[in-house]
Amino acid sequence: MSTLTKSGTIKPLPGPVHVDSVKAAETIINITNLQFAWRRDVAPVLDIAQLNIVQSERVFIEGPSGSGKSTLLNLLAGVATPDHGKLKVLGQNLGEMSGAERDRFRADHVGFIFQLFNLIPYLSVVENVTLPCRFSRLRRQKAIQNGLNVAAEAMRLLTHLDMNDPDLLGRPVNELSVGQQQRVAAARALIGSPDLLIADEPTSSLDANLRESFIQLLFDECASRDTTLIFVSHDPSLEKLFGRTVRLTDINRAEKPSIHVLQWGK
Amino acid sequence: MMSIYALAIKSLLNRKLTVLLTVAVISLSVTLLLGVERIRHEARNSFTSTISGTDLIVGARTGRIGLLLSSVFHIGSAENSISWESFEAISSNPQVRWAIPLSLGDSHRGYRVLGTNDDYFNHYLYGRGRSLQLTDGQRFAADDEMVLGSEVAEKLGYKIEDHVVVSHGSGEFSFRDHDENPFTVVGILAPTGTPVDRTLIIDLAGIEKIHADSPLQGSDHDALDVFLKGVDKHDHVNEPEQITAFLLGLKSRGAALGLLRTINTYDKEPLTAAMPGVTLQELWEAIGVAEKALLAVAAFVVVVGLFGLLATLLTSLNERRREMAILRSVGARPHHLFGLMVGEATLVTLSGVAVGVTLLQVLLHVGQPLIASRFGLYIQGVGLNTNQLLLILLISACGALIGFIPGYRVYRFSLADGMTVRI
Repeated sequence: MSTLTKSGTIKPLPGPVHVDSVKAAETIINITNLQFAWRRDVAPVLDIAQLNIVQSERVFIEGPSGSGKSTLLNLLAGVATPDHGKLKVLGQNLGEMSGAERDRFRADHVGFIFQLFNLIPYLSVVENVTLPCRFSRLRRQKAIQNGLNVAAEAMRLLTHLDMNDPDLLGRPVNELSVGQQQRVAAARALIGSPDLLIADEPTSSLDANLRESFIQLLFDECASRDTTLIFVSHDPSLEKLFGRTVRLTDINRAEKPSIHVLQWGK
Repeated sequence: MMSIYALAIKSLLNRKLTVLLTVAVISLSVTLLLGVERIRHEARNSFTSTISGTDLIVGARTGRIGLLLSSVFHIGSAENSISWESFEAISSNPQVRWAIPLSLGDSHRGYRVLGTNDDYFNHYLYGRGRSLQLTDGQRFAADDEMVLGSEVAEKLGYKIEDHVVVSHGSGEFSFRDHDENPFTVVGILAPTGTPVDRTLIIDLAGIEKIHADSPLQGSDHDALDVFLKGVDKHDHVNEPEQITAFLLGLKSRGAALGLLRTINTYDKEPLTAAMPGVTLQELWEAIGVAEKALLAVAAFVVVVGLFGLLATLLTSLNERRREMAILRSVGARPHHLFGLMVGEATLVTLSGVAVGVTLLQVLLHVGQPLIASRFGLYIQGVGLNTNQLLLILLISACGALIGFIPGYRVYRFSLADGMTVRI
């Protein structure tokens, strides 16, 4: 794990967190013998024997294109379900939940940040940030507990992410810089204090300076809320910022298909 | 679901141009459909309410529908007249309770002039048995006095004691004025919503007088009179030689069929008698096919409008897959996205319907005088009738159903793309 220094740089916390040392009670994600294929008649794209992630942990998941990163995220978010094995998130076995239950679970407990273009263009900055509270009563209640109301909590988060300039807030979101858009996306993912924050290559469009300061902001926010951060990227240079790295090429036992065929989801 | 509709509104506002065009297409098609339905309904209402309590209409030998249209609705003109003797003979039938002679053929600035007698005010009924009422003045008592329909008085600005000159023929532009015999306005009728509003009513004796006193002695005027009205100026004034038609009220409705047969086989003169209700029914049957065809065309235009909406929504779907994936990532469930699509379709349809209904009301309000003067059709006030409300409900429901198609596709996309779509 890592911590913020006074100078603002990120200092990794000592040593990787070994799976064996994680106590069961603290485990927030528990994967055991998980297999997933997009179709029954093709080989699995994901085959993971064991992966545990504990609460408040900041995990860097690294792997090249086609290594199964997006598939793993879809599984963790409950969009897809494992064909075999066990996938528990926050103590809930996602494989045993109905689609509607998984949808509600995701809305209540998971925040997402994507690589680019991840804001709704026809909504204002504050409306984009408060969007998750439209779909989750739990996150709305948590947001209200943190602030006076949902919009006030959005403003608090935006201020913390240095996005409180009225000129910026009044602009259409697609006129914001890439870095500003990512900070809005981070505020949106963090509103209502989700238990799990999944960041899918959120810094690939940022230059090196912005990249580190953005990750620093994420760490800071996650630390203040005990939020578990799963940071996915194919950029190994970021690895040093995180206390723990999971290389999908190491843990995914599935054979890499020569042609990746996308099918309708299951 | 309220937040989904709020999102739908914002999403639609983000695509103003295509949405506005779609709303315009739907609103125009709604205006057309509701307009056709309204005019169809009003035409029937207007015709049905024009005559009430009259058991038979009698005129020269012609078609029943033509006789009804020319004598009561003042649409077209009678080709032949009937003799005063025939009128007197038939009206003296013991079954007849009252008889109203009608003499048409002259006009004033595009409005028809009707020659009749006091019985017209005593017995003519319209709507649900309402009799004519004067808002100002009195009935005519002399052959140079005139009573005006409400619209004539209002549009031409006439008031009591004004002088009016009538002209030959029924066109808007006169080639022959009876300016030697001006009439004095003595009464103005209350509005009826029937062709009476657009009529100048004078005594039959007045009709006779203007033709008898014409300064054009000799062949020109005689020939014109005989051609147009069959009036012979050399006969004695105040007792007309011929009239255009007459209305009969009978003592018993059951006698109508017998008298109808008697008149249709009248041996002194070829006559046609028609029962107004039956003839109106024949008229509806005659124009029913055209009505249905018009309604069908208008309905197809609405269908085309709704297909336009479907095309707009479907073509935007691929561009919006990322938007849907983002919504999924922030907690929207597939049914939310389905609801978003249905909500957008419903909102566009409802907007189109609202604009269409408003446009129709404005058009009817502005165009009512023109419709009345050109087609003799009186649109009664604004508002929507039951048929129109049902059509609006149907169109709105179809609009919402149209949203199910892109809604289903988005539902499928959302399951397939998850939250990692990159387009």
